Amino acid sequence: MTGGSGRLPTVARAIVDGDRRVLARTITQVENGDPSVDRVIRSLYGRTGHAPVVGITGPLGVGKSSLVNALVGRLRSLGQSVGVVGVDPSSPFTGGSVLGDRIRLERRADDTGVFFRSMASRGAAGGVAAATREVCRLLEAAGFDVVLVETVGSGQVDVAIRDIASTSIVVVVPHLGDEVQTLKAGLFEIADIFCVNKVDLPGAEIAKRDLTELVNLGGRPTGWAPRIVGTSTVDPPVGIPELWDDVLAHEKFLDESGERARGERRRLSSEIVGLARDHVGRELFDRLERDPALRRLLDEVVAHRIDPRTAADRLVRGGRRPG
Amino acid sequence: MAKARAPKKAPIRVLMAKPGLDGHDRGAKVVARALRDAGMEVIYAGLRQTPEEIVRAALEEDVDLIGLSILSGAHMALFPRILTLLKEQGGRSIPVFAGGIIPDEDARRLKKAGIRAIFGPGSSLEEIVTTAQSLVHRSS
Repeated sequence: MTGGSGRLPTVARAIVDGDRRVLARTITQVENGDPSVDRVIRSLYGRTGHAPVVGITGPLGVGKSSLVNALVGRLRSLGQSVGVVGVDPSSPFTGGSVLGDRIRLERRADDTGVFFRSMASRGAAGGVAAATREVCRLLEAAGFDVVLVETVGSGQVDVAIRDIASTSIVVVVPHLGDEVQTLKAGLFEIADIFCVNKVDLPGAEIAKRDLTELVNLGGRPTGWAPRIVGTSTVDPPVGIPELWDDVLAHEKFLDESGERARGERRRLSSEIVGLARDHVGRELFDRLERDPALRRLLDEVVAHRIDPRTAADRLVRGGRRPG
Repeated sequence: MAKARAPKKAPIRVLMAKPGLDGHDRGAKVVARALRDAGMEVIYAGLRQTPEEIVRAALEEDVDLIGLSILSGAHMALFPRILTLLKEQGGRSIPVFAGGIIPDEDARRLKKAGIRAIFGPGSSLEEIVTTAQSLVHRSS
């Protein structure tokens, strides 16, 4: 845990006190990997970990943005404040991006209980950006009761949201495929809730039935049986309160079963190892470039006199006993 | 402390919005696409935005630039209002450019009021992209 609030850096203090401009700028710095926000990020960690982080994922065009908007409306009517991150893909060719998740957001120009941030994936695979997790934490530290994350329109293996969200909603629509599709590995394995959106369309009952059969084959390894809810966001909306109730039911299950703590342990250990790996990797790169002995080692590998695995062993050993 | 990370070149973030009531957003979409292809992150806010909504989106999204498209003729009311709100809410430094059907005399007055560039029909995408880039680099 971090120390008392009196010891927070100025920027962190401003974020906690609800300064949205500072929040927005800090998010940009986090996205850009700006090292000057390291201290802020570290100092705010102690203020995170309580808000439900709800992932909304599913193939493109199933209505994720409209559902996010509907959930925001539901949460506001319950008096809950909401931070939203909407992720869209970056071009693998130019790095550019059109971020369009905001279009579906209802007009809330005066409502300080909602904060919406669009993020480009910036080359990350898996449906979210590298910085999405930290941005969710910033939103939580800024005091939002709930954080919603809309992923990139996902393919079958885009499951990175699982490492960020406490509850994952997988959104589908009628006629996405037959019941064998629901058996396939990947996306359907991470659903805590299946949301059959556009439930007013023909085929919705079949989609729900296929998912029910899937769930009946066995729930998640945690013992949670994924809920299935039909929704529509066109007037009159259908199923939105039920969808949120299912999220709350899952959050309650996490607490009562001890799964929240287990899941957090798993997620955080992989985050820590990932960060440490980056850190060590940068140091090793530096060493390989600067240390003359190691540069000669590289020369030997280039000349095929030493193999890369042996060189890696020496690089690591050299790291422990420099010189 | 960790060593400084290798500095990455951050993409330009730009908000594209259509204030007012006309529903013709083809121009805004074409420009959004061109800015995307120039490597920018374009937050597309869509049609019929009020000045309040545009400024709020610009600040939440922490954009480097705002592009406004308008064909309704209401630019003399809406653009100055957007500039005023930006000033009031701490977004004074964000450059704003515009495109649409804007008579020359209005364009002169809007530029005086603080709109940094105005593009009419016939402007090339290349010109718009280059101007957008230079507006951001001049203001940073």
